[in-house]
Amino acid sequence: MSRIEIQKTYKIFIGGQFPRTESGRYYPLKNKKNEVIANMCLSSRKDFRNAVVAARSAFGGWSEKSAFNRSQILYRIAEMLEGRKEQFVSELLLQGVSAANAKEEVTMSIDRLVYYAGWCDKYQALFSSVNPVASSHFNFSVPEPTGVVAIVSSEESSLLGLVTSIAPVIAGGNTCVVLASESKPLCAITFSEVLNTSDLSAGVVNILTGNSAELHSHFSSHMDVNSLLYYRKNKNEIKTIKENAALNVKRVHIYDKIILNSDKSQSPYFIFDNQEIKTTWHPVENIGSSKGGY
Amino acid sequence: MAAKIILPDFRITPTIDQVGIEERVARFTTRSIKKESKMQGLKMILNMIDLTTLEGKDTDGKVKQMCYKAMHLHDVIPGLPTVAAVCVYPSMVKIAKESLIGSGVKVASVSTAFPSGQSTHEIKISDTKFALENGADEIDMVISRGEFLKGNYNFVFDEIAAIKDVCGKARLKVIFETGELSTLDNVRKASDIAMYAGADFIKTSTGKISPAATMPVTLVMLEAIRDYYYATDRMVGMKPAGGISTSKLALQYLVMLRETLGGAWLSNEWFRFGASSLANDVLMQIVKQTTGVYQSSDYFSKD
Repeated sequence: MSRIEIQKTYKIFIGGQFPRTESGRYYPLKNKKNEVIANMCLSSRKDFRNAVVAARSAFGGWSEKSAFNRSQILYRIAEMLEGRKEQFVSELLLQGVSAANAKEEVTMSIDRLVYYAGWCDKYQALFSSVNPVASSHFNFSVPEPTGVVAIVSSEESSLLGLVTSIAPVIAGGNTCVVLASESKPLCAITFSEVLNTSDLSAGVVNILTGNSAELHSHFSSHMDVNSLLYYRKNKNEIKTIKENAALNVKRVHIYDKIILNSDKSQSPYFIFDNQEIKTTWHPVENIGSSKGGY
Repeated sequence: MAAKIILPDFRITPTIDQVGIEERVARFTTRSIKKESKMQGLKMILNMIDLTTLEGKDTDGKVKQMCYKAMHLHDVIPGLPTVAAVCVYPSMVKIAKESLIGSGVKVASVSTAFPSGQSTHEIKISDTKFALENGADEIDMVISRGEFLKGNYNFVFDEIAAIKDVCGKARLKVIFETGELSTLDNVRKASDIAMYAGADFIKTSTGKISPAATMPVTLVMLEAIRDYYYATDRMVGMKPAGGISTSKLALQYLVMLRETLGGAWLSNEWFRFGASSLANDVLMQIVKQTTGVYQSSDYFSKD
């Protein structure tokens, strides 16, 4: 007996769940032959707002996890992705990527996750310092996660762009809301399923599909977003983002020149971009007649 | 002279159709309230809040700070109302009263061995008297849930009546702790008993037990108020307390209130929210409506 294949419904990922967009709007995703391959959620500003609420409530738990535990979880994501390699490759093919490139993109994404898994408990030592001061204080500076990070991820890449933008952010203890590529959104939602089975707490990563022209101003004006990463090249959007970000002085990083499949697009400095430096003055007891240590 | 009220037989209070109540509640949550009417609703919610701190760790400083917040919700936005009242323990009534002089914000005090109500009659009476002597405008008493569940309704009735006697002009809110009453039938029965015993307000919960206020429980109580009003011509207020922390939910309560009891109850004389974190969420919504930008709790005072 012949069988009708079950089509996958691509939804969005908010707070560890897969809701449809609250707006009820969709856009058809077409392949090169102009055939519809999926109906994608056209997320609204309210979806974004809900995602920020989820990210904010997840922030406390995620940022307080031990760095080592975060590292284990990132590694777990890589493991899960490895196990579903074939699915991602076939989705990339569906979105018009060549066979060789698709395979490379998936393996590179896995390796990038492992790379940042390794950095989770090491960047602190790299970016911290003990500072010389003139009084009897032990003075040190340490990085702390910024908070909720909004990400407009790369338009050209379905999977690697997403991983490149998310991994350093969560490795550094932040939570995030990500706008996936509009024209190549399939892998983003399947990647959500990977995240959801990797012991990553609900709300740490939230993924929306939709239109940057519509959403970028809300991404940048929301007062509860602490940092914004932009991986596209649209000059007008960059200008609006910078203006809006001034409202609550959120950090803005424009990565318009990044080359995703190069080793230069992975570095602990991408983690550092979403860290705040906290300096602590700790009084040193002056023992006997000795002078202050520093 | 007030009309003579004939006490009903509390053993045969109406039973509640739980499925029906839940269906009805589900309808209230689908109303779309936007723009001006939303703004109006949000301001009304602020004005209906009993800003509450009921913790063992409460201090004079904490209460003073909360009273300041009660009067100055968010001065950045001009023209905001104050909350209706602050709700504190009897030992904090005096300091709250002093802090609120001239503001019109009332002081409500919990009493009768709040939150458990497990104490002697004398202690409950003196607890209430102490709060009143210190200047409480309103008394939030708890019923004896143990006696109620035993079926000792006379005991519960007499206790409420006795506290009401002590209260005199001060308005009496009666807390059922619906989370401990287990069925909606019991909630209805407790509502009838309290209203016939003289309650000015009926209130869902202490906020110390989960579940606290829920919409189904509140609807049952509102319907009891409606039936009581038809029977006696006396209006009784309603106060859901605990667990209402978002504006969206609070607006749904207002819808339920309006569609069950009508416009006459839409003021803080007849309806209150017992809450501590609701105020900030409403303020965030109001600023969002005014500026068009989603807000962060970082920019609103905590207490």
